Amino acid sequence: MSRLKIEESNVLEVKDLHVHVKTKNGVTPLVQDLNLELKRGSVLGLVGESGCGKTVTSMSILQLLDRKTSKIEGSITLKGRELNGLSDKEMRKIRGKDIAFIMQNPMNAFTPVFTIGHQFVESIRTHRSCSKKQATELAINAMHQVNLPNPGQLLNYYPFQLSGGMLQRVMIAIAASTHPAVIIADEPTTALDVKNQKKVLCHLDKIRSEYGSAILLISHDLGVISEMADEVAVMQNGRIVEKADVFQLFDEPQHEYTKKLLLARPLLHVNQPIIPLA
Amino acid sequence: MSLLQVNKVTHSYGSRTFFNWKDRPKKVLSDISFSIEEGTCLGILGSSGAGKSTLGKVILGLERPQCGQVLFQGHDIYKVDKHTLHKIRRDLQVVFQDSYSSVNPRMTAERIIAEPLENFEKLTVGEQKRTVVELLERVGLSETDLKKYPYQFSGGQLQRINIARAISLKPKLIVLDESVSSLDMVNQTLILDLLSELKKDLGLSYFFITHDIKAAYTISDSLGILENGELVEIYDSKDHFFTSELSEVKEMRDSILAEHPRYRTVRAR
Amino acid sequence: MIRSIQKMFNLQKVIPICSIMIGILFILAIFAPLIAPNDPIAVNMAYKLQPPSMDFPLGTDQLGRCNLSRILYGARISLGFAILIFVSSILIGLIVGTFSGYKGGWVDHVLMRFCDGVMAFPSLILILGLVGIFGPGLTQVILALMLVQWVYYARMFRGMVLSLKEQNFIVAARVSGSSKWKIIKNHIVPNVLPPLIVMGTLEMGWAIMDISAMSFLGLGVQAPTPEWGAMIHEGKSYIRTNPELMLYPGLIIMVVIVTFNLLGEALSERYGVKRRF
Repeated sequence: MSRLKIEESNVLEVKDLHVHVKTKNGVTPLVQDLNLELKRGSVLGLVGESGCGKTVTSMSILQLLDRKTSKIEGSITLKGRELNGLSDKEMRKIRGKDIAFIMQNPMNAFTPVFTIGHQFVESIRTHRSCSKKQATELAINAMHQVNLPNPGQLLNYYPFQLSGGMLQRVMIAIAASTHPAVIIADEPTTALDVKNQKKVLCHLDKIRSEYGSAILLISHDLGVISEMADEVAVMQNGRIVEKADVFQLFDEPQHEYTKKLLLARPLLHVNQPIIPLA
Repeated sequence: MSLLQVNKVTHSYGSRTFFNWKDRPKKVLSDISFSIEEGTCLGILGSSGAGKSTLGKVILGLERPQCGQVLFQGHDIYKVDKHTLHKIRRDLQVVFQDSYSSVNPRMTAERIIAEPLENFEKLTVGEQKRTVVELLERVGLSETDLKKYPYQFSGGQLQRINIARAISLKPKLIVLDESVSSLDMVNQTLILDLLSELKKDLGLSYFFITHDIKAAYTISDSLGILENGELVEIYDSKDHFFTSELSEVKEMRDSILAEHPRYRTVRAR
Repeated sequence: MIRSIQKMFNLQKVIPICSIMIGILFILAIFAPLIAPNDPIAVNMAYKLQPPSMDFPLGTDQLGRCNLSRILYGARISLGFAILIFVSSILIGLIVGTFSGYKGGWVDHVLMRFCDGVMAFPSLILILGLVGIFGPGLTQVILALMLVQWVYYARMFRGMVLSLKEQNFIVAARVSGSSKWKIIKNHIVPNVLPPLIVMGTLEMGWAIMDISAMSFLGLGVQAPTPEWGAMIHEGKSYIRTNPELMLYPGLIIMVVIVTFNLLGEALSERYGVKRRF
């Protein structure tokens, strides 16, 4: 009985994920032996240097890799439903609704020729049948949730008229508007100012606690991971080398690579006494 | 005499053009004054849009400010003749944020690094090559990288090439415009370490522009806070950053992310 | 089956094959007087409209002239002048465009509005108009083409210079102490060259097309000079009885233009891949 309960609360399960890509020089593995579990309302941090396969993993979950050149093997289940191999038509119903994606560079996430409002309303109406007016109301509400001033007016702006921080919050609003079960946030703070980083993380956390969304938080910044994660998986060269509870990872890192990452950060020791690493 | 002395620099962008009657010039810098001594690093902290990059360009002699002076080694760089300006260029170099767009994609690493040498020194082909190899090794790359093209390097490696180019003439002051902001954590630390080493070994001064307090604190001796084009505070000692009562600085301090989950503030634990 | 066709057009093969073909074409054109079996303008009514034979490998036309010789000599005109147009329009376009892009301000505005004006007309109409003013003749057609084609290049080069100007490596070069001319020579030109070469190959195709079109309309080359477009024009009347009079020049035009275009496309793909930033 209790075993069933645990499986039920695993919103996203990735088992034995292998991803390879066909290039001129043959077949290159991008991700190997990857296993992940995301529980309802929890945050899994995925950490690693650039090129280690973090983004490939998120793209595989969303089934957004080029089918002609890349092959995904393994099981990816969302609330018990197998995603790997689903037709594009079926995936489109899931993307944006059950799994939301927040990108690194908010400028690139929006089409420059349509207003924010147009794109927001379009997203909402893709997954829900409602009138434009209703969708606009929903959009305004969602933007209130992320503390965007004058949402009504903001909807008439074009992406280039907003700053990076505001655009990122709009992206979060769009992601949250469908109350998704899983949110994949790929380096959501990297393109932002330090000032905006914490604000964006706070908004993500709000969504998590209000709607119970599970978050797969991908970042190379251990500060982001410290602030947000419950569990952390460390990736190197396409494999997960260590997976642990966040406190345990910071206090007692097991793998050499994790230790290297922890040591290789500029530290301020500003609001805490200096803690020697094991 | 300070190495660099900036006096009351004010600058605005945007004048009325044929299509933008209503555009009023935007003030980007107001009344900026500070100085940098030899062998020290001044870090300038500010959010995007605060005018940091413009300030960098003004100091490099690329953008003439509407008011104010920029004195480098005692010379007003906007008033000297071309010949003197050319001589000053030796001692004033730059490393930009985007390592990819800072290099000519059709040049090999060797030619990229050799460019300043070609402009100022009269070296033979052999001497030049040897100097470039020395520079490459100094920044952590190797001789095998001489003939490679930019697309064959990672962002971090390209930034090292940019640094090699900047130090090739043994300058006095290097403007570091968000030089590590595009790199991941590990590379950021490595490059900051390299820069600190070079500062000590070559007696360099840095003008370090960034929005990241951690990076600024690591490498700077003194700190300045730029907000909306105004230099709201300057600290001779960077530790004053943590004791300042100014609201902008407090806001910056609050936005520093935790270094251990124990001290997290976003998740209510 | 599509796969095998795709395999044929492998990039690695296209570039050398096309280059060799173009090389052969140029050799044939240059050495036409030595290769051609007969005098292209020698009229001999006794031999008119003959099928292919030992003396006349491709037969003769309605005036008894050797078809093959006319095609070979025609290559000299088409290819030769196409090069002239290509070089001049790119040079003028390069100078005007680079100057306009670097200077900016009202100079840039005025020059570009002028180019926009010229580009608003379909080029063939404009050429027709100019030839109408100058009068028919090969020199006039070439002149008209030169006057019309450069504007496209000016716009293109200006755009490239504008985007290059903002790149940090140009700024870095200035900070490194490089003079304006050194920057143009070492940084701007090498980055502008690849698209230039690609445009060049496509431009050759267009130039040949335009020359032939003008001659077909009777406005370019005057009889008896052999030129592919003119040959098609002359062969029109015999389309039912001797279609080969139109077919030979038509085919060679097609082959030449397709070769140039394939080469241009392959080069653009190859150079596009190299510039990875």
